[in-house]
Amino acid sequence: MKVAYWPGCVSRGFAPELHGAMARVAPLFDIELVELDRAACCGAGVIAEHNQELADTLNARTFALAQQEIAKGADLMMNICSTCQGAQSECQERLDANTPYRDHVNETLSAEGLTYEKGITNKHFLWLLVEEIGLDEVRRRVKRPLKDLRVGPFYGCYIVRPTDRLGIDRSHPRDTYLHQLIDALGGTVVDYAGQYKCCGFPIITMNKEASLKQAGRHVGDAIDAEADCLVTPCPLCHLNLDLQQPAAAAAVGRPLNMPVLHLPQLLGLAMGLEPKELGMNKHVVKPSSVIDWSTSVVAGAPA
Amino acid sequence: MPEYTLRIRRYSPESGEAAHWDDFEIDLDGHRSVLDGILQAKDRQDGSIGIRCSCRAAICGSCGVRINGKPNLACHMHLDKACEDAPDGVIVVEPMGNMPVLKDLIVDMDAVHWKKMRRVTPWLLPDGDPPEREYIVAPESMIDITQTMACIQCGACVSDCLSMEVDPLFIGPAALAKAYRFVGDPRDGQHEERLRDLAEDPHGIYDCTHCFNCIEACPKGVAPMSQIMRLRRIASADHGIEDRNNGYRHEHAFVKNIEKNGLLHEADLLPDSYGGKFHPRAVPELVTSLPVILRALQRGKVTPAGALLHKHKASKEVKRIFRDVHDREERYELNLYVVGEEEDDNPPSMHADAAGSQLPAERSPNQ
Repeated sequence: MKVAYWPGCVSRGFAPELHGAMARVAPLFDIELVELDRAACCGAGVIAEHNQELADTLNARTFALAQQEIAKGADLMMNICSTCQGAQSECQERLDANTPYRDHVNETLSAEGLTYEKGITNKHFLWLLVEEIGLDEVRRRVKRPLKDLRVGPFYGCYIVRPTDRLGIDRSHPRDTYLHQLIDALGGTVVDYAGQYKCCGFPIITMNKEASLKQAGRHVGDAIDAEADCLVTPCPLCHLNLDLQQPAAAAAVGRPLNMPVLHLPQLLGLAMGLEPKELGMNKHVVKPSSVIDWSTSVVAGAPA
Repeated sequence: MPEYTLRIRRYSPESGEAAHWDDFEIDLDGHRSVLDGILQAKDRQDGSIGIRCSCRAAICGSCGVRINGKPNLACHMHLDKACEDAPDGVIVVEPMGNMPVLKDLIVDMDAVHWKKMRRVTPWLLPDGDPPEREYIVAPESMIDITQTMACIQCGACVSDCLSMEVDPLFIGPAALAKAYRFVGDPRDGQHEERLRDLAEDPHGIYDCTHCFNCIEACPKGVAPMSQIMRLRRIASADHGIEDRNNGYRHEHAFVKNIEKNGLLHEADLLPDSYGGKFHPRAVPELVTSLPVILRALQRGKVTPAGALLHKHKASKEVKRIFRDVHDREERYELNLYVVGEEEDDNPPSMHADAAGSQLPAERSPNQ
């Protein structure tokens, strides 16, 4: 499968291990990544807050670039960031719903010879795994089942709400895909109070205390539910849950020390890749519980 | 007649007993509402069940509860649908969140919701003397605020607001949507004062964390979060309100960052959100962030060169888009609540090059 690949900003900025892990994991599933290296930031909701048309035009441009790759043989557009998924879905909803508006945005793009045609398929890697590759296929390729690893799914906001915009319904229960994937990889799903809540990242510069309290509370809830680690499809959540975790621990007044994995990292582990290849040494909270678990499994495996 | 099981959370603070769950078997058609189910249980099995309700038609906003963990009006959810959503077929009904429980399913709306509503001065403050007769407004100038006028004060959005969960002082989605109802009203004469008040409040418009829970919760399509974003947009772009919470600075730092780099350069965004590396406000913030920065460097997340030099630069095409859109005389905002979605098999006949003049302009009462 060939995809027009949008990595987003954070996966190449403060969470470079995500982009790296995705590049490692993709060949294991025969996914060819054609990177959209000319595209710009999705706006993460902030540009839309500043000027809706600006966000819609920037994302229409990204879609148009992806459609050029799709015309050349890519199957669809894929991203690895929930915030990109949510922000781009919001823009796409407006662009697809109204022809005069889409024409107006396309007029701005026309100077560059680009046009966005209504109806692009843009899926987060999580959705692609479940809907395009299929969990049976994922299950078949597992080399090192995540046996005895207790994984807490952290969905965050942008990839699960609003449900109608994100295409979540009975035939596409996308708000359960992390659960299903953890299970397919042989891990144990740990449900806890914060799994669909906000990590707090968007207000870190505006109300740091409230922001860190959110991150700290959810990580604490996962500890109380005896999770070994969390997994998230969103690198911005990762910033607040991992990079800021020591500060979040101070904000909620309890020690935390909970490893947080990016989705392709968890997948890579189950596919037999080593934690370091997946960039897990770059995390602020050392994923000791996960690494100890993987070495013990490796050590215990028959030679 | 199909049977359903309702599991209702019971709690009477004055009894001194802990909260507990009671199951009730009800027999009603699937198209009847959860409220009908609660009322049947109250009528036939336990008259002491506490529920507040009136119209039974999703108009009065009295019967806000959580059904299977999600806020809604009890009268606005069919039993068969609620049963399908219930993990083990038992419909779980509990009181709304973020507000104290008075009894069973009844929460104290006065303590939270109505208090916050009063916080935003929810009445018209016109300039000058009132006209001799009624105020005359162009109908199209009011279309924009019909979305916030659709609010029925049920509190579903307040129930699940994730910012309020950690910051109970947050003004919250319902009250801020109400604030937009007046900021968007051409008859009101205090737009800037209202916006300045809400922007400067540490628990005001910049305390919203963008979680979409209120949009998901609202049974009337008010989309409170979208109204909060409009308040921010108008406060920042039309009134240039530089608030003490860094809301204005963060927005402008982010937009400039993308205009310059194409992709977000986080190492600049953080100091710029506080006014720039050498701004008096930024210095203490950067000092307290030092441990985080050092950890990131130590783990190789960021390299010093990567943090100082950003090799990715915005292409001239991206810069042109910023310029073109910023140069427009009016901001365009497409509100799907107002214009609706096109039918797939009924494409509009409007010609492409006439599009510009047909676009709904964002109503900007101050321009």
